[in-house]
Amino acid sequence: MAYTEEELKKELETKEYEYGFYTDIESDTLPVGLNEEIIIAISKKKEEPDWMTAWRLEAFKHWKEMEEPDWANVHYKKPDFQAISYYSAPNKKPKYNSLDEVDPELLETFKKLGISVDEQKKLAGVAVDIVMDSVSVATTFKKTLAEKGIIFCSISEAIKEHPELVKKYIGTVVPQRDNFYAALNSAVFSDGSFCYIPKGVRCPMELSTYFRINQAGTGQFERTLVIADEGSYVSYLEGCTAPSRDENQLHAAVVELIALDDAEIKYSTVQNWFPGDKEGKGGVFNFVTKRGLCEKNAKISWTQVETGSAVTWKYPSCVLKGDNSIGEFYSIAVTNNFQQADTGTKMVHLGKNTRSTIISKGISAGKSQNSYRGLVQVNSRAENARNFSQCDSLLMGNECGAHTFPYIEAKNKSAQIEHEATTSKIGEDQIFYCNQRGIDTEKAIALIVNGFSKEVLNKLPMEFAVEAQKLLEISLEGSVG
Amino acid sequence: MLKIKDLHASIDDKEILKGINLEVKAGEVHAIMGPNGSGKSTLSAVIAGKEEFEVTQGSVELDGDDLDEVAPEERAHKGVFLSFQYPVEIPGVSVTNFIKTAINESRKARGLEEMPANEMLKMIREKSELLDIDRKFLSRSLNEGFSGGEKKRNEIFQMAMLEPKLAILDETDSGLDIDALRIVANGVNKLKSKDNAVIVITHYQRLLEYIVPDFVHVLHNGKIVKSGGKELALELEEKGYDWIKNEAVV
Ligand SMILES: Nc1ncnc2c1ncn2[C@@H]1O[C@H](COP(=O)(O)OP(=O)(O)OP(=O)(O)O)[C@@H](O)[C@H]1O
Ligand SMILES: [Mg+2]
Repeated sequence: MAYTEEELKKELETKEYEYGFYTDIESDTLPVGLNEEIIIAISKKKEEPDWMTAWRLEAFKHWKEMEEPDWANVHYKKPDFQAISYYSAPNKKPKYNSLDEVDPELLETFKKLGISVDEQKKLAGVAVDIVMDSVSVATTFKKTLAEKGIIFCSISEAIKEHPELVKKYIGTVVPQRDNFYAALNSAVFSDGSFCYIPKGVRCPMELSTYFRINQAGTGQFERTLVIADEGSYVSYLEGCTAPSRDENQLHAAVVELIALDDAEIKYSTVQNWFPGDKEGKGGVFNFVTKRGLCEKNAKISWTQVETGSAVTWKYPSCVLKGDNSIGEFYSIAVTNNFQQADTGTKMVHLGKNTRSTIISKGISAGKSQNSYRGLVQVNSRAENARNFSQCDSLLMGNECGAHTFPYIEAKNKSAQIEHEATTSKIGEDQIFYCNQRGIDTEKAIALIVNGFSKEVLNKLPMEFAVEAQKLLEISLEGSVG
Repeated sequence: MLKIKDLHASIDDKEILKGINLEVKAGEVHAIMGPNGSGKSTLSAVIAGKEEFEVTQGSVELDGDDLDEVAPEERAHKGVFLSFQYPVEIPGVSVTNFIKTAINESRKARGLEEMPANEMLKMIREKSELLDIDRKFLSRSLNEGFSGGEKKRNEIFQMAMLEPKLAILDETDSGLDIDALRIVANGVNKLKSKDNAVIVITHYQRLLEYIVPDFVHVLHNGKIVKSGGKELALELEEKGYDWIKNEAVV
């Protein structure tokens, strides 16, 4: 028979998680459970100042009164928040000056992922701040950055060394009580990255962080804060993979971006967490709050390629506060097997002449459910706000689903809002056409999917785009031939 | 080169090819004509290995090898090329990227290295000149928004790039304007050699004035009901198909 729906389906189901392994690095872990003592203990372990401890406790107070949201189009067993250990740090804590000093097992891990730090260092202009189980264990290229006055370090370090910046900006874009997961994160965040670009400085390299969850039963609560001062520019890359696990792993990160007047931040993510096995067991729960604030003439672009996680709940958003500010969202979300993704964006137009663009590409295979949820909000004072949204879905087989929920709230008559949506299927005729030209089915699917995603892939920095393409192939291809 | 024996093929239990016999030797040009729905495109799809069609009887051999178990991409690697009557669109994949992938996949199958970029470029330049194709065209998404004629010209461009042993051109002439027809036909003729063969499916004598066939076959109701030299095409143009249909019934 031809390459039928049946076969396509079967083939897509046979893709096992490639990066399912576990690195055995000794860890220092707090007992499970969540209460004020644990929060104080986390803060103490991290040698934080009192104001930070108080801030965490305040967040915890809010969290206790909040309920886990259930409006998203995802279904899962709610995590038991008392069964999680909220802190785990690799035992060997010192910072390394060179790779030779880094735990060889950690290096091995990166090799398996195909991301050798060595290679990364050589790659033109990429500084890598590796977050391994909550604590940064390697930071490179710091010196070059320091010369420009750029601060790029772990958030823990920033709390100690640049408290005035952290204190001024943390929680200003995503307040402690913003939502259930953000509140939880604010209370217990273990580590994450901090970045500050001074006035008028163009960051000379892509700043990049690889996240990785590595301790059984440890939730990961990253906190990222990026501040681009007036007239500055930075491109920030975040990528992650995770080892296979039986129980669900919770991940609730918060990312806050602040683009002051005339500044620009490009934030790109390639996300590849364990999606669960083909029966849908295991896999990471990814509940992320990402938001950026644009002051006058500022611009924030979110670009993301999401192939992982069992359940994803994620809406990178832009608050276009300043006049003439620009928000962009480019996304590829791939779901396979039993994965569920509810992702999208929120563009809040507050300033005059603010513009936003949303390009969302959803690819669903297996029995997965892929939802786009977008909100374009135009405030009454936002004269001449403009938005363009395009949501395309690509379906593989008959058992998956694609859903689009575009919400529009326009309180100013001058707003121009355009929305386009398409749904298509990979056709047997397309596959046969490729086959006839000597391209096998596996390669044909990769080609078609890459073509479908091209507008978004093109927004990624070069090295990242190559990696993202590889990920798309990995998450959709089977073992034909 | 190609030997088709008593070929029967059906789809959804409906028999479409009802016993086809055809032999094509290296260096030959065969034309297949016949009324709409007679099975011409089906025959070309079956030769190319489209698996929706079930071969219920008979065989297709290429260079003495039975193709029955051979996947469509492997047939392509062996040098079978089909210029589609209705080429499909692949959004976001440029003509260049597509042809590069196709060439390198075929090379890989033959145990060769990927074609070096400069060699590929040179070849693209040559072949696009041969077919008078604007280079800008090559960066567009494959067949997306192409006019009917552009699609056909693009098929022949791919053929020129892949240098197949057996090319089947399914109504490549339909949709081409008079100048394009001449350019494409000249291109095909230039690519012709004593080592390869072409099957031209067409409704019109005009194309055959440029690509002169050694044999003309008439397909009717899933069977080849008449074969002859190039003069048969002229006769068909004059008289239509009825006389043959009647002859076939007898
Ligand atoms: N996928 C299919 N499902 C059902 N019937 C089909 C299918 N493909 C072809 N057929 C039928 O098979 C017969 C032959 O079709 P084919 O396309 O081979 O004709 P053709 O000779 O190429 O015609 P034309 O000159 O119009 O291109 C037609 O009756 C057609 O309806
Ligand atoms: Mg036809």
